[in-house]
Amino acid sequence: MDIPTLTSKRSLVSGSIILIMFILLAISPLYAPRYTVILLTSIFMYVVLTVSWAIFSGPTGYISLAPAAFFGVGIYTSAILGKALPLPIVICFGALASFCLALLVGALTLRLRGIYFAIFTFGLVEFIRHLLLFWECTVTGTRGRIVILVDQTTVYYVMLAIFAISLLTSYFIRGSKLGLALQSIGQEEDAAAHTGVNVTMVKVITFAISAFFMGAAGAIMATRWTYIDPYTAFNPLLSFMPVLMAIFGGMGQLYGPIIGAAIFTYLEEFLITRFPYHYMLIFGIIMVLAIVYLPDGVVGLLQKLWKRIPGRKHADT
Amino acid sequence: MPILEGKGMSKSFGGLAAVSNVDFHVEQGEILGLIGPNGAGKTTLFNLISAALVPKSGTIRFKGINITGLKPYKICRMGVARTFQAVKIFGHMPALDNVMLGSYFGMTPGLSSKDAVREATELLEFAGLSALKSTPAKDLTLANQKRLEVARALATKPELLLLDEMMAGLNPTEIAQAMELVTKIQDKGITIVMIEHVMKAIMKVCERIMVLHHGQKIAEGTPREIATSETVIKVYLGERARAGGS
Repeated sequence: MDIPTLTSKRSLVSGSIILIMFILLAISPLYAPRYTVILLTSIFMYVVLTVSWAIFSGPTGYISLAPAAFFGVGIYTSAILGKALPLPIVICFGALASFCLALLVGALTLRLRGIYFAIFTFGLVEFIRHLLLFWECTVTGTRGRIVILVDQTTVYYVMLAIFAISLLTSYFIRGSKLGLALQSIGQEEDAAAHTGVNVTMVKVITFAISAFFMGAAGAIMATRWTYIDPYTAFNPLLSFMPVLMAIFGGMGQLYGPIIGAAIFTYLEEFLITRFPYHYMLIFGIIMVLAIVYLPDGVVGLLQKLWKRIPGRKHADT
Repeated sequence: MPILEGKGMSKSFGGLAAVSNVDFHVEQGEILGLIGPNGAGKTTLFNLISAALVPKSGTIRFKGINITGLKPYKICRMGVARTFQAVKIFGHMPALDNVMLGSYFGMTPGLSSKDAVREATELLEFAGLSALKSTPAKDLTLANQKRLEVARALATKPELLLLDEMMAGLNPTEIAQAMELVTKIQDKGITIVMIEHVMKAIMKVCERIMVLHHGQKIAEGTPREIATSETVIKVYLGERARAGGS
């Protein structure tokens, strides 16, 4: 009887919690130590990569290993245009460059399914990196580029903005017609096509939207580093991290990738500082344990625990 | 003018001619039965009509418009919907969402989410699934999954519905219910082509039957004509068998 008021009350509560958290994050450069702000920027970067990866790969099950390519395109766009144009425009261009690349690549390759798609997207990262290396060696005769530095607080705010917009986009896509189409493609692509879904279009557009945010993140992150070259800009690790983070967090819910990325980034930072020689080993073990014991990720575990609390049986939605 | 018309349809897989030079037509409002032994090319013909496969030769006209070579989603949006022999449902999505996809992307795009929910709910009720609307499709029984496919196809608001072995694997009660559903769909003014192996059902429901054998059309006519046709009895029902005998 009271379900509508209950849900609206609940969404009001969660809405205000999110708003308060966002405000706390927005004013954190005023009170938090510099180190925390830099760490938060890194966390946002990974969250943006993971959430935007999950926008496409989560529902469709097409595992894309191209995040590093789109992130790198953003970085290079920023390095090339950074001297000539103001920062917001540079970031827009970085995002758009990735968006266009994804449209092109998507149109060419989204007919590939399963492992073939994953391998192709990973090949894209290598291809662009080698193309750039070749270009820099033979045409420009330089190696790498100097990037105009931007102060940490600005980087933080821009990252926070991209973070917020990518989350909102992901949220709205999930609840939309497009989200439903993506899910149907992931589960039975042929049936989706015969039910009137233009599967190619839906896949390509969503792939490009996810690349848009990766490009934007790359464009702003470039300004944190003084010097970039093809090896640092197109780092394959950045293709695998979003996948691992999304699996670790759990892809069923919107906050899964967020939690996964946040914990992972913090864990990485923590392990590097405490166990500089063994951190990769520990990291690997944690990842293996997560895959074996947490098939639904951290969020799945939390939901399971939540259900176990007595008297909470019907409150698990 | 027939609602659907195929001329010289051919499709081969390697050296095997799955469908060879088949002409067919479907009249507005009728139920056409498509029968034939396993491997006769029935599903291939469906795949050619719905554009899951591209024909080697031949043309298909829907309401007089040539639809050969169009993409599956275009065919669907023009008003041809289908179900699948091996059910293809969106297993992890609730039954309601399965049907809503059809409402959103079918013949009338631009539906508000409220309208889509209302429409999908009505169709689930029509298919007798209203109690199961929030159940994930994978947890439904086979009979209900087949009904769900029908509801999803209807949600695209087709004028022509292709039913591929809707009754295979169902028990007698479920078959009776499925037959009732087919008649109810016809009452909505939707033309139906159905592939079926359940002879009792096809003899009773269809107004006209077409028989395929080794990719060729060997007979066409009313259920009575088909049941008594010498050729059909020989190649399909076996020597000295009698079909539809009641």
